[in-house]
Amino acid sequence: MRCALAVTLALLAAQCGIAAGSTAFPGDPARGAAIYDRCIACHALAYNRTGPKHCGLFGRRAGSVSGFAYSPAMARAKFTWNAETLDRFLENPGRTLPGTTMGYAGIADPRERADLIAWLRQATTESPDCRR
Amino acid sequence: MIVRINPFAALEDIGRRRFILGSGALLSASAVALLAGRPALAAEYGKKKGADTQSDIRILNTALGAELEAIAAYGVGAGSGLLQKPALDLALQFQGQHKEHADVLAKTVRKLGGTPVEAKSRYEFPTEQLKTQADVLGFAAGLEKGAVSAYLGAVPLFRERELARAAASILGDEAMHWAVLRQALGENPVPAAFVS
Repeated sequence: MRCALAVTLALLAAQCGIAAGSTAFPGDPARGAAIYDRCIACHALAYNRTGPKHCGLFGRRAGSVSGFAYSPAMARAKFTWNAETLDRFLENPGRTLPGTTMGYAGIADPRERADLIAWLRQATTESPDCRR
Repeated sequence: MIVRINPFAALEDIGRRRFILGSGALLSASAVALLAGRPALAAEYGKKKGADTQSDIRILNTALGAELEAIAAYGVGAGSGLLQKPALDLALQFQGQHKEHADVLAKTVRKLGGTPVEAKSRYEFPTEQLKTQADVLGFAAGLEKGAVSAYLGAVPLFRERELARAAASILGDEAMHWAVLRQALGENPVPAAFVS
């Protein structure tokens, strides 16, 4: 309970821009595209796989892609995906949202996270896969 | 001669071992806690052990889901009519190894007391983009590269160190798949000294 509250507060803080996140770095989408290769065992832009699709990610409530079977932890999450919440989650998914099925240690380097987020922002809105 | 090994052999009795170690430790911790007049502490200790196992089960199930998808992906590639020998043989061999990974992951989930995820009735693949043998091999190489990253990201998360070692064994196999597929595509099979 205490842990869930801490996570909620942390993510709320991130959404309000209180927490310093990827905003510290501008982010290079070209470098981010290469970092996204780490995600493609489980994710794709346009369709659900082991993980949910990424098209439309920014501004979407966490755990809300229709047809995807989320962990109870993610399904209960009450935050919206944006640069700050992504930065916090990608740093250490299991610590940020205990119970997530994203069994990935995270991306420790803030610059790498900023690059990936910059690419995700571009690809999930502008790529042909997401415009269909 | 290639000796076939089971990287999870050390885990054959993991369920029993966790029970023995877990309950033994719990008993002594409980006794200490109760003696100290703090039963809540004993209960908390037991919960932590259970949480560790649940965490490992979640990681294993995520890996199992990805392996099941890889089996299906190689099935699509092999059945596409686009692969010629020896690429077709490679695809079938790699699919067989993903089946071995999936089998052992599912058994381990059961040993830990969990329920293994099952294959989906339908998978989505970008089949409209697969028009040549190189397209299929490139698609497979991308999945294998992703699998290497996924296992790399999972290994440090296991609470049980033997699980981390076994997952690293699968990582090595996925890395070989990726390298061989790159070679088949005429690319540098080992493009860097490290993987990420």
